[in-house]
Amino acid sequence: MGTILSVNDINVFYGAIHAITDISFNVDEGEIVTLIGANGAGKSTTLNTISGLLRSRTGDIKFMGNSIAKTSPNKIVESGLVMVPEGRRIFLGLTVEENLEMGAYTRPKTEIKESMEQVYELFPRLKERQSQIGGTLSGGEQQMLAMGRALMAKPKLIMLDEPSMGLAPLLVDLIFEIIADLHKAGSTILLVEQNAQAALSIADRAYVLETGKIIKTGKGSELINDPDIKKAYLGA
Amino acid sequence: MTFSLLIAQLINGMQTGSVYALVALGYSMVYGIIKLLNFAHGDIIMVGAYMTYYAIASFALPPVLAIILAITVSTLLGVTVEKVAYTPLRSAPRLSLLITAIGVSFLLENGAQLLFGADQKSMDPLITGSVMLGQINVSYVAIVTILVSVVIMILLSFVVNKTKAGKAMRAVSEDMGAAQLMGISLNRTISMTFAIGSALAGIGSVLYLCAYTQASPTMGSMLGIKAFVAAVLGGIGSIPGAMIGGFTIGILEALVAAIGFSMWKDAAVFLVLIIVLLFKPTGFLGKKIQEKV
Repeated sequence: MGTILSVNDINVFYGAIHAITDISFNVDEGEIVTLIGANGAGKSTTLNTISGLLRSRTGDIKFMGNSIAKTSPNKIVESGLVMVPEGRRIFLGLTVEENLEMGAYTRPKTEIKESMEQVYELFPRLKERQSQIGGTLSGGEQQMLAMGRALMAKPKLIMLDEPSMGLAPLLVDLIFEIIADLHKAGSTILLVEQNAQAALSIADRAYVLETGKIIKTGKGSELINDPDIKKAYLGA
Repeated sequence: MTFSLLIAQLINGMQTGSVYALVALGYSMVYGIIKLLNFAHGDIIMVGAYMTYYAIASFALPPVLAIILAITVSTLLGVTVEKVAYTPLRSAPRLSLLITAIGVSFLLENGAQLLFGADQKSMDPLITGSVMLGQINVSYVAIVTILVSVVIMILLSFVVNKTKAGKAMRAVSEDMGAAQLMGISLNRTISMTFAIGSALAGIGSVLYLCAYTQASPTMGSMLGIKAFVAAVLGGIGSIPGAMIGGFTIGILEALVAAIGFSMWKDAAVFLVLIIVLLFKPTGFLGKKIQEKV
């Protein structure tokens, strides 16, 4: 299967701070790829740059063969690259159903109903709460809504930024189960996580970030047993 | 004060309040989406009023055409101001945006003085006559003004709550970044908000002209500031709040005038602003949603 996303030598700055240095990686169709690393390593910055909210000063980002380094965020979504942002960022003042409708913003009205049923099937909790406003949901439900909302766009590649952050252990397991299920169903996923153990256990391949650089790459199953990684990220 | 006088004053208040509410909606919607107090908003009304005046007094157009012209020009002006003056400052500090808005307001007021002259233009009333409701004499202007604004508010609520574009507006006003991640175009949504707000100002300008039959270059500033107070009182950013705030301010003015203090009615409005800012800065409906994490 071909490469769906390739990131080539991007450099991102916050003012004078060099947040990301010459990062290159790629995601193939059907894969789960994870970026792991400590707080401040540049994982979220990388995702925000791919989705167009931040701009890379050099280098290029290609999605399905086309450069998206200068494309506006809404056009990037239209092309099928969708991100679930860190901290979920669901619309707290909109109902669950309205949030899902917003996720399908780029799609024709006639297809929304069907996608919504699929999302409700995946997250029955959301169906129970469909007319409740987002602000009244629990953290776990908000994460489900954020993921469901992204799925409404029928993405060709879905990027998840710290989906397990701030959730109770039981919910963390549930979220990772759902990610693995999505993968089995054929979704291509780029996953950013601080929870390296869980991320590596479901990922095909992984890149390890440290202070804005990729310091290691390999198969998920290999890195999970790598002594350096174990020591630095898995607390063993 | 007799009961019928009280009712008559309430109706008067609702008439002015309708205009305040329409203008306050524009303030509130724009604030909601880009967190800007658009001080040029009142001056859009002034331009709309001049358009109506010239269309009727100079070109003898039928009132319907004059109204359409006023609304169209207001809408285009509002969107142009947004594109030319505010869009380049989207990532600038909010204060720069605010100062720019004040600058645009001066530009419009002085531009109008240059183009239309500094004197007031008076015209014949668009709507005349009145009807006796029981013992109270109610002018047709008051009835039309109140009805038109109520219908428009219902329409606006529908647009904002039920249509895709309206939901996108709410999404952008809550979280610009997340809205972009849905594929919502910021430029389009923000322009649409300005277009709707300015169209409401255009309608407000026609209704204002119906009541006061005169236009002057600075007419928008006091009207704009009172509508701003109405928006703050109702809870800035909230659409039903703007409506409630508008009617409240209008009725307050009418009642202050009714008890013989008409010289003080502006002061009463600003006293309300001070009280709101001191004791409930979020206004009636500007409550923040409790975020559960």
